[in-house]
Amino acid sequence: MKDAFGAPQSLLVLGGTSEIGLATARRLIARRTRTVWLAGRPSPALTAAAESLRALGAEVHTVPFDALDTESHEERLGKLFTEGDIDMVLLAFGVLGDQARDEADPLAAVRVAQTNYTGAVSAGLVCAQALQAQGHGSLVVLSSVAGERARRANFIYGSSKAGLDAFAQGLGDALHGTGVHVMVVRPGFVRSKMTEGLAEAPLATTPEAVATAIELGLRRRSETVWVPGTLRMVMAALRHVPRPLFRRLPV
Amino acid sequence: MAADTHADEDFDTLTGWGRTAPTLARVIRPRTYEEAAAAVRACGARGSIARGLGRAYGDAAQNAGGAVLDMTGLARIRAVDAEAGLVVCDAGVSLHRLMEALLPLGWFVPVTPGTRYVTVGGALGADIHGKNHHVSGSFSRHVVSLDLLTADGELRTVVPGTPLFEATAGGMGLTGVILSVTLRLLPVETSLMSVDTERARDLDDLMARLTEGDHRYRYSVAWIDLLARGASTGRAVLTRGDHAPYDALPVRARRARRSPLAFRPGQLPAAPAYVPEGLLGRTGVSLFNELWYRKAPRRSTGRLQRLSSFFHPLDGVPHWNRLYGRGGFVQYQFVVGYGQEETLRRVVRRIASRGCPSFLAVLKRFGEADPGWLSFPLPGWTLALDIPASLSGLGAFLDELDEEVVAAGGRVYLAKDSRLRPELLAAMYPRLADFRELRAALDPRSVFVSDLARRLDL
Repeated sequence: MKDAFGAPQSLLVLGGTSEIGLATARRLIARRTRTVWLAGRPSPALTAAAESLRALGAEVHTVPFDALDTESHEERLGKLFTEGDIDMVLLAFGVLGDQARDEADPLAAVRVAQTNYTGAVSAGLVCAQALQAQGHGSLVVLSSVAGERARRANFIYGSSKAGLDAFAQGLGDALHGTGVHVMVVRPGFVRSKMTEGLAEAPLATTPEAVATAIELGLRRRSETVWVPGTLRMVMAALRHVPRPLFRRLPV
Repeated sequence: MAADTHADEDFDTLTGWGRTAPTLARVIRPRTYEEAAAAVRACGARGSIARGLGRAYGDAAQNAGGAVLDMTGLARIRAVDAEAGLVVCDAGVSLHRLMEALLPLGWFVPVTPGTRYVTVGGALGADIHGKNHHVSGSFSRHVVSLDLLTADGELRTVVPGTPLFEATAGGMGLTGVILSVTLRLLPVETSLMSVDTERARDLDDLMARLTEGDHRYRYSVAWIDLLARGASTGRAVLTRGDHAPYDALPVRARRARRSPLAFRPGQLPAAPAYVPEGLLGRTGVSLFNELWYRKAPRRSTGRLQRLSSFFHPLDGVPHWNRLYGRGGFVQYQFVVGYGQEETLRRVVRRIASRGCPSFLAVLKRFGEADPGWLSFPLPGWTLALDIPASLSGLGAFLDELDEEVVAAGGRVYLAKDSRLRPELLAAMYPRLADFRELRAALDPRSVFVSDLARRLDL
């Protein structure tokens, strides 16, 4: 169960090697989290991630999970909930892709879309159903500021996050009043493996800062969280910039 | 009436009085013992828990995804023995209702907490205490017997001195559904209180005054200003008294002399549904505390006060819990034994120097411990305070206070808890293992379960 401050005792991370996912898990283990499920494709990285969390004193299990294998989601994820309540599900998987290459290779672009959007729709719905049955819990969805308005530089990734963001908002409304809380997290540019070698955008942030914002959002039962918080205002303005001008902005 | 044997039910998001951690449950409103038994039999895999008037601060009367039995429909006073001072009533009867019915007969409830709006079942499930614990013990001490609906669907009559009674008193509803209670009452001559008030300039002064004088009073409590720092850390207003005898009523108080046992609780307008966050912030609370301290007489004796303003000042403001805004609040109540005064001093200093905006901090002395396995009181000092849940870093701060409390052999109160680290529970409640064992034998399928039970693994 969650405590009065929204701190969960058990956590499922979808995308078990995600840096933001692990930073969040570390932060929550420092509070109340004692049981963690890391779901991801079996790999040495997943095993190492589990080991690093175990060292902090949590009971950690790994679960084979592939975002693209949507057929398996219901069985793989549904089963976890029969072993005890899961207070929080963090949907943290996603790929950035390579915009230039993906534009030239539609199949590669489809893979980005399928991972980030289709996979999330399937896994998100399976978890939402289970959370609804247990009458409590949070589903935290990692969206991105890139989904707020498509940019020339990464519109394939951005459009997949836009779809995910809209899905998560709608799901949050659908689950309103069921005891289940859906929180959409929109980080800006996060310095991590995923963005290694990329030119840093303004207001860049870190996985740890995202984790801090998630913990605060849980306490406040927020529906939307921007990281850093100033992005909320920046994007409120950018959203209304006319396209001819937006195209030329160095964002 | 049609042969309708099904209790009303619907789905509802529930929280405790502190309004934190909401969860969804199927709320069933039984009107008879049979309906309650049917609801328990049909409660499904996520079990059921009884709920009264929702005054427990945390998640004790919530059951996420399962059934919650709203007991307030089972609220008959079944029999009153006005000679012997005994009442037999359903568990859903509130203490308010009991006072209305019994005061005119010259009887009062033996133990009342800071609100009248708790049910008899809830009072026993949490084994509540009042300002008279140092004299009278907790609620269960005055229970002659109770009827308990257990997981096997049986109705058992349970009497003090048996393991099932001791597991049920303070057992947070996890041994079964309390259906009715026979309670021993306290005789009174009037519905007024004779009250002495004095101020204490700091914590040591306060503790000295409480230690010296408490045995002379049936009721005793101290309100502490936890925002006062430095030399006045722990300054307080002590209020102590007893039921006023008829002779104490002044001749000119004609209305009171004519009907000395009339029950006249006052009522103010309810708190609004929406209150901006931070109203009860540091500035507001510190202003309130300053006024409250100054307002109290330096010393006054024998002042007559209505029962409701002596025992339940906050009941005058319905929904006062909304004053903390959407984020809700947590109540922290702990006890440390006599001889552990240093821990109490340290905790008060830490709270004061951190500046927790608490306008309701109360210190009192407990008497002998009660037999309930999970009953809260220990002979010692208990401090209770409200803090807005939105205060940054509060969770970690209270965890640190828990460490101090547990190191001193103390404990926190489960009826108020919403955040305890589960690992500390066994050290705080040494009979926890017995409780778990009895529950496993009595209720192997965990028919009775609550969010509190899941969170703390009770």
